[in-house]
Amino acid sequence: MYLTADWKKCTGCRLCLSVCCLCHFDEANPKKAALAIDAKFPEPGTFHPRVCDQCGTCASVCPVEAISRNKDGVYIIDSEKCTGCGACVEACPLKVMFIHEDSIVPIKCDLCKECIPVCSTRVLSIKE
Amino acid sequence: MFAYGGKVLRINLSTGQITVKNLDEKLVRDYLGGRGFAARILYDELKPGLDPLGPDNKIVVASGPLSGLFVPGAGKITFAAKSPATNSYGDSNMGGMLAAEIKYAGYDVLIIEGKANRPSYIYINNDRVEIREAGQYWGQGAITTEKMLKDDLGDQFQMAVIGPAGENLIKFACISHDFGRQAGRTGIGAVMGSKNLKAIALRGSKSLKIANPKLLKTLTGDIITQCQKHPALKLWLNQGTASVTVWSNEQGSFPTRNFQSGYFEGYKNISGDVMLKETIVTNKACFGCPMACGKYARTKKNNRTYYVEGPEYETAAMIGGDCAIGNITDLTYANWLCDELGIDTISGGSVVAFAMECYEKGIITDKDTDGIKLKFGDIESFEKILRKIAYREGIGAILAEGVKIASEKFGQGSDKFAMQVKGLEISGYESRKAPAMMLAYMTCDIGAHHNRAWAITHDIAVGRDKIEGKAQRVIELQHIRPVFDMIGCCRLQWVELDLSLEYYPQALAAATGLNYSLDDLLKCSERVWNLSRLFLIRESKNFGRHVDYPPARFYEEKVKNGPTRDSIAKKQDIDKLLDEYYRLRGWDENGKPTPAKLKELGLL
Repeated sequence: MYLTADWKKCTGCRLCLSVCCLCHFDEANPKKAALAIDAKFPEPGTFHPRVCDQCGTCASVCPVEAISRNKDGVYIIDSEKCTGCGACVEACPLKVMFIHEDSIVPIKCDLCKECIPVCSTRVLSIKE
Repeated sequence: MFAYGGKVLRINLSTGQITVKNLDEKLVRDYLGGRGFAARILYDELKPGLDPLGPDNKIVVASGPLSGLFVPGAGKITFAAKSPATNSYGDSNMGGMLAAEIKYAGYDVLIIEGKANRPSYIYINNDRVEIREAGQYWGQGAITTEKMLKDDLGDQFQMAVIGPAGENLIKFACISHDFGRQAGRTGIGAVMGSKNLKAIALRGSKSLKIANPKLLKTLTGDIITQCQKHPALKLWLNQGTASVTVWSNEQGSFPTRNFQSGYFEGYKNISGDVMLKETIVTNKACFGCPMACGKYARTKKNNRTYYVEGPEYETAAMIGGDCAIGNITDLTYANWLCDELGIDTISGGSVVAFAMECYEKGIITDKDTDGIKLKFGDIESFEKILRKIAYREGIGAILAEGVKIASEKFGQGSDKFAMQVKGLEISGYESRKAPAMMLAYMTCDIGAHHNRAWAITHDIAVGRDKIEGKAQRVIELQHIRPVFDMIGCCRLQWVELDLSLEYYPQALAAATGLNYSLDDLLKCSERVWNLSRLFLIRESKNFGRHVDYPPARFYEEKVKNGPTRDSIAKKQDIDKLLDEYYRLRGWDENGKPTPAKLKELGLL
C-alpha cells in the first residue's frame, strides 16, 4: 500500500503538509512533513506533489538496518536505531525523505493517511 | 507563547541596524496580530504630518496568530504604512505563502524604517537577517524580479517585490508575491520604492508550538470537511472570484466606463466561464486554503505567451468594465502588464478609465497625451498610458498621483467623476443603487475599498433603495473583517462557504491558549477601527464629515444603462446614512469618536 498523487489537481495549498506535521510533531511546520510540493512558476504554472511510494530503497541502503517493512508494506524508521547518517535521504529516488534541523532522524511517510481527506481537490489516494 | 512567532524584527535601512524584540503581551491582548498590530504600531511610532514617501515613514508587515497553522485560509498578511494615496493609515492584505513563512522564521512582525542609500533588498533566513544590494533587480518587472530572486536564492524563499511603478513612486504601486498575489491597495509599493527597497526575501524553517494540537486537528478537520461539502465550493475552485462577474452585471453593479454605468455589455466575454474554457492553467491556492480561488492563466498576444494569475473579479471590473476591455485575451494581457509593472489593478484601472473619460470629453487632448488617443475598450492606448504612468513620463506623472490629484490638476469639473474617497480609488462595485455598499466605501478607513465591508449582498437581500438599517449592517461587517485581518486568515471561507464565525475563537484558543469570545474579538475590531479613524483625524488639516463623501457622480448623475439604469443616490440619503453611522459608532456629528467611546475602547 502506498500514497499516490495526481499532480494535475494540486492547488499548492499545503494543507496536507500542515496536517502531516501537526499529527506527527504536534506543531505547525510544513518543512517537517513527509511529503512536499514543488511549485513551478511563472512557467508552466503547475504544482508537483512528491509523495512516498514505499519503494524500499531507503531500507536497502540503511547501514544499521533502522528501516523495516511492516505488514502493510510500509517502510518505518526505528528512531532508536537511526544514526542520522543521511544515506537514505541521499538515495531516495523521489526525494521524499526529509531532514530537518530539529532531529537527526529523517522524516518519512508512515502512511497514516491523515493528508488524504484534507485535500479538497482529492489529489491524494491510496494504491494497493 | 503558543502559535505566535514571538518576535518583532526591526530593520533600519538608513543605519543598517537590525534588532529583534519579544512581542509585547499587551499588544497581543488588545490587538491580536496582523492589521491590529500594524495600526497600533504606526499610530504610536509615526510622527504626525510626515511625508509618506520620505524616510520617516515605516512599513509594518504583520502576520496573525493563526497564519501558517492548520486552519483554512491561514495565509493572510498585512502590509501597512502611512499611505501616499490617502496621507493617512493605509494597509493592504495579501494571501500566498508569506504570512506562514515569516512565522516559521520566528517573527510575527517586521518593521522597516529609514531609507537605503542604494537599491537594496532584505534577506531573512531564520535568524540571519541582512540588507543586500539589489542593483541587478532594480528596474526589472515584478514577475521577472521574483523569478530572478528564486533562481538566485532558491525556491524555498518567499518574496515580496515591487516593480518599476513602486520604484518610481506611483501612488498606487503594489507589492507582489508568489507570482500573482498582491498587496495592491493604498500604495505601499511606492513606500517600498521610496526606501530604495526592491524586495524582501524570506525563508523560515522553525516550528510553531500549538497549545492544544489534538483539538486544533479535530476542529479544523471538521471545518475542512464542511467546506468540501458546500455546494459553492466547485464554482470557487473552477472560477474563483471571476465567478462574480456575471452576477455583478446582472445586479447592475459592475463599474463600466469610469462608473458611468453599472453594466458592461461585453461581460460575457470576460467571465469566469470564458476563463475556464480559454485561459486557466491551474487552480492556485494561498496557504491552507481549500477553495483555491487563484486562477493561474495563460494567454497569447503578439506571438508571445503570457502567464499571470487572474483576472480576478476586481481586475475584470476595473479594467474589463471600467476601461471597457471586453475580451479575455486583452484583459489577461492587461492584468499581466499591471502585475509586471507593479500597479494595483483596481486603482490602475480606475486611473486609466478616468483618463479615457477626460480625453473623450476633451479635458485632455493629444497635446497632453503625446498623441495617445485614449479610448474606452482600446488595449493599445491602455498599455501606452499605463507605461507612461509607471515611468512617470509626460501626463503619466500626473496620473501617477491617482485620480484625486489628477482631477485637481486637470480641473474643468473632472473631480465629479474622479471616482475616489479619501484619495483611494473606488473598487469594483457601482453603488448608486446600493446604499450600504456606498456607505461602506464612504466610511472605509483606508479610502474606498470594498472588502472592509462587502455590503452589496445586504443591499440586495433587504432592498436596494432602503436606507434604514444599512448603517448598522455596515458597522457589523466593518467589525467582522478586522477579525480575519488580525488573526491572519482569509474571510472567503466565511463569506462564500458559510463557515461559522464561531470556529475562529475556538481555533484561536486551541492554537494559542488565549480565550476570546467572538464578541471579544469584535471589540478588538472596534478598537482598531477607531484607532485608524484617530489616525485620519490626526493627519487631516480640515477634518469633517466631508471626508466621508462619495464623488459627485454618485449623486449628480444617473446610471446610464443596465439593470440599475437611471438610479442615483440622493444627497439627503447620504447625510442620513452618515448621521446614523456616526451615531451608532458613538462618534459626533462630524465623524469624530467621542471621548466616552474612546474610553470604552481603552484608547483614551
